[in-house]
Amino acid sequence: MYKQPSFWLTLIALVVFFAFISYAQNNFDAYVIRIMNVAAIYVILGVSLNLINGFTGQFSLGHAGFMAIGAYASALLYMSPELKAMNFFIKPLIWPLNRIQIPFFPALLIGGLLAAGAGFLVGAPCMRVKGDYLAIVTYGFSEIIRVLFNNLQSVTNGPLGLKGLPTYTNLWWSWGWAVFTVFFIKRLIDSSYGRALKAIRDNEEAAEAMGVNLFYHKTLAFVVGAFFAGIAGGLLGSLVMTIDPNAFNIMLTFQIVLIVLLGGLGSITGTVISGVLIAVLMEWLRIVETPMKIFGITIPGISGMRMLIFSIILMISVLFFRHGILGDREFSWQGVISFFKRRQSNRGG
Amino acid sequence: MAILKLDKVTKKFGGLVAVNNVSLELEQGQLAGLIGPNGAGKTTIFNVITGVYRPDSGKVYFMGIDITKKKPHEIAALGIARTFQNIKLFHRMSVLDNVRVACHFRLKASVFSAVLDLPKYAREEREMTKESLDLLEAVGLKQLANESAGSLPYGYQRKLEIARALATRPKILLLDEPAAGMNPEETAELMRFIKRIRDEFGLTILLIEHDMKVVMGICEKITVLDHGCVIAEGSPKEIQNNPEVIKAYLGSGVYARS
Amino acid sequence: MSDAQASACAFSSGGVLMNLTLFLQHLANGVALGFVFGLVAIGYTLVYGVVKLVNFAHGDIFMMAAFFVYYGIVLFSFPWFLSFLFAIFLTALLGISIEKVAYKPLRNAPRISSLCSAIGMSFLLENFAIVVFGGRQKPFYQPAVLNKTLNVWGVRIQLVTIITIVVSIGALFFLSYLVYKTKMGLAMRALAYDFDTARLMGINVDRTITFTFAVGSSLAAISAIFWALRYPQIWPFMGVFPGWRAFTAAIIGGIGSIKGAMVGGFLIGMISILLVAFLPDLAGYRDAFIFIMLVFVLLFKPTGLFGET
Repeated sequence: MYKQPSFWLTLIALVVFFAFISYAQNNFDAYVIRIMNVAAIYVILGVSLNLINGFTGQFSLGHAGFMAIGAYASALLYMSPELKAMNFFIKPLIWPLNRIQIPFFPALLIGGLLAAGAGFLVGAPCMRVKGDYLAIVTYGFSEIIRVLFNNLQSVTNGPLGLKGLPTYTNLWWSWGWAVFTVFFIKRLIDSSYGRALKAIRDNEEAAEAMGVNLFYHKTLAFVVGAFFAGIAGGLLGSLVMTIDPNAFNIMLTFQIVLIVLLGGLGSITGTVISGVLIAVLMEWLRIVETPMKIFGITIPGISGMRMLIFSIILMISVLFFRHGILGDREFSWQGVISFFKRRQSNRGG
Repeated sequence: MAILKLDKVTKKFGGLVAVNNVSLELEQGQLAGLIGPNGAGKTTIFNVITGVYRPDSGKVYFMGIDITKKKPHEIAALGIARTFQNIKLFHRMSVLDNVRVACHFRLKASVFSAVLDLPKYAREEREMTKESLDLLEAVGLKQLANESAGSLPYGYQRKLEIARALATRPKILLLDEPAAGMNPEETAELMRFIKRIRDEFGLTILLIEHDMKVVMGICEKITVLDHGCVIAEGSPKEIQNNPEVIKAYLGSGVYARS
Repeated sequence: MSDAQASACAFSSGGVLMNLTLFLQHLANGVALGFVFGLVAIGYTLVYGVVKLVNFAHGDIFMMAAFFVYYGIVLFSFPWFLSFLFAIFLTALLGISIEKVAYKPLRNAPRISSLCSAIGMSFLLENFAIVVFGGRQKPFYQPAVLNKTLNVWGVRIQLVTIITIVVSIGALFFLSYLVYKTKMGLAMRALAYDFDTARLMGINVDRTITFTFAVGSSLAAISAIFWALRYPQIWPFMGVFPGWRAFTAAIIGGIGSIKGAMVGGFLIGMISILLVAFLPDLAGYRDAFIFIMLVFVLLFKPTGLFGET
């Protein structure tokens, strides 16, 4: 692996990328940094959902639920006891959560692991329900999480949510995790395990007849996908500083589904591109919600317009661009090299 | 001792008895055929053997082990592989990957070792790739290893399916209508091919086939099913002359006239 | 005996009768709500039966119907009954258009695509409602005639409750006439039984599907009107939970079965009312409870009570 040029090219690209991140963190203004953070979180969410929906072919709508678990679990661990006391003024937080505080990174990890545990519970029914029904069961799961978090006042503070969370999330954390997610999932799907997942997607009956353990591999996809969704939830909580159960509703899952559909079910490269694209687009679309003047006529900002445009894009991509930006093609150094070689030979000949 | 034994297997779907009290034995190294009119329950028997269906009564033994209640992937791992009547390849995957999937269940390296490409996994991966390429060479598809499986012509897809089944290192191979959709030349080649892999890989083969030339040409033992029941069993010669079989295939009217 | 104990004792002895009337009152409400869910559930079941698609947007079609009534009265100053009819007609039209735009082009595409399209349509309708109708709750017009309370043997029942039950029964009879006695109904049943064969037999697939969506959407509109008369605040997300409860009802009853949808609707209606009435502490968990039921039915008896295997 160390002898291949692609390894070194990837390494160089990563060094350049993180040099850029380091520069951006110190020099860009807060607004741009925020969009970049959101973009990274969208990349994590999109790639992890694509593992379940695109590569394993199990259509899940549970991502918002996994995120909620990650966001709450990590926040309850990294918040200071004083901050918790301030938040939980109606009903105090249960012991021992009201006493402990741990650093951001382990808190994130625990959030991710708890989400992974939930992923296991959700993935298990995959053996019995398929297709639309699976989509409904996973959606049901994420709604159950939302209802529970709204009602478990002494653990989650109910609908009031958690406010004033410390902002640990920066470009290092967010893009660090995004790169790790891409690395982990890319390596997973290219491995023998990944081939088993894709075989399940292409033909479940044949995969099973060839010795692929359906239960193990389907839950594997859910556990890994949910873990990264939990991490993304934790990063998001610490970025937006406020979380409440209703923020993790089906709309959020739809946004992630759109990222995956737009990027291409089964393409990590496409998902990375569309994750960044959607983050920028959502920000850019804010202008339709603020009043503006065109040719002397003031058009009032219409709240909700952003999501309407967003859902129209979703419908258009579902109806007309079913394969997304890249279908199931991927970026590879070999592809780039052969592209340049072809251009050279064209020029020469 | 028989390598595979079905003991009074019955499988019902609602009111329909698809397989009715069927007993069947395969000897090590045998090349056996399963024939019968459409809807006689042939594919259902395959599905019972491979664990897709659980029989309502009766038992299935493989090398003396009761496999009636085992899951399909466990049965595959024990050494029973199959192909499908309407080819079921992993269409969006490459030819090589189709075969490598069938080696996956033997992988010992963990998910983490696979993701990090640790030496233990890397070695196993190399072995799987080599074994798969060897199998593709054996069926004559090596030069197409990187093509997408869905883009292969029909005859090649059939061969790929067999190569994929062989990658599970089976002791028994179940072939569901391997000659379907083939012209006489291809069929003749297929017959030679089946005999060859039987000898080369030391297999026991059970095949479902409608093409009588194939069944009579290569099978050493033939079992005839009709309406879920075994109506005859024996060598090709015996089956050809069995009045019950002729009746089942041609209808009683024709039999009466001849 | 202390005073507190005495009063507690007195309360419980007088309470038996009171609890009975209270119970009957809740029962009447539960039956009415059961009909409302049942009618929505039929919409899911009919569409699933014919095109094998979970119409995620059905709850939002329900929401749109309530807004059509609202705008019929506020914008066009229709009398309320005309406004109701107008809304039912428009909702049927909306259902048909959704099918034409979002589902028909994907009829031969993989199931996942039509699923995404249905989800996207639900998303689109909700956001459309937020932008066009506004995100705030709006008061739903309550005709004074319907706003009476009757006293039946000491049980206080709202007139709306009785009308809900009567009209729903009427709608059910009409529906069974349509499905079991007309040519169109026969075509629907044929498509539900075997889509490809029915098409080969010369059944006009497009027309039958259009008809199915029209019927399902009209039923959603009727139930939306009764829902809004009972809970007179309407807003863009008002269809989400009734939609899910009705869907759960359809699954519990066995998707594809009209009878099952009604029975499931009753179950869910009763559970919703009785849980809030008698276990108010758990009322917040009501939808979690209904979802858990849904998950369990899907896991252990996916064909429901009356579904075919």
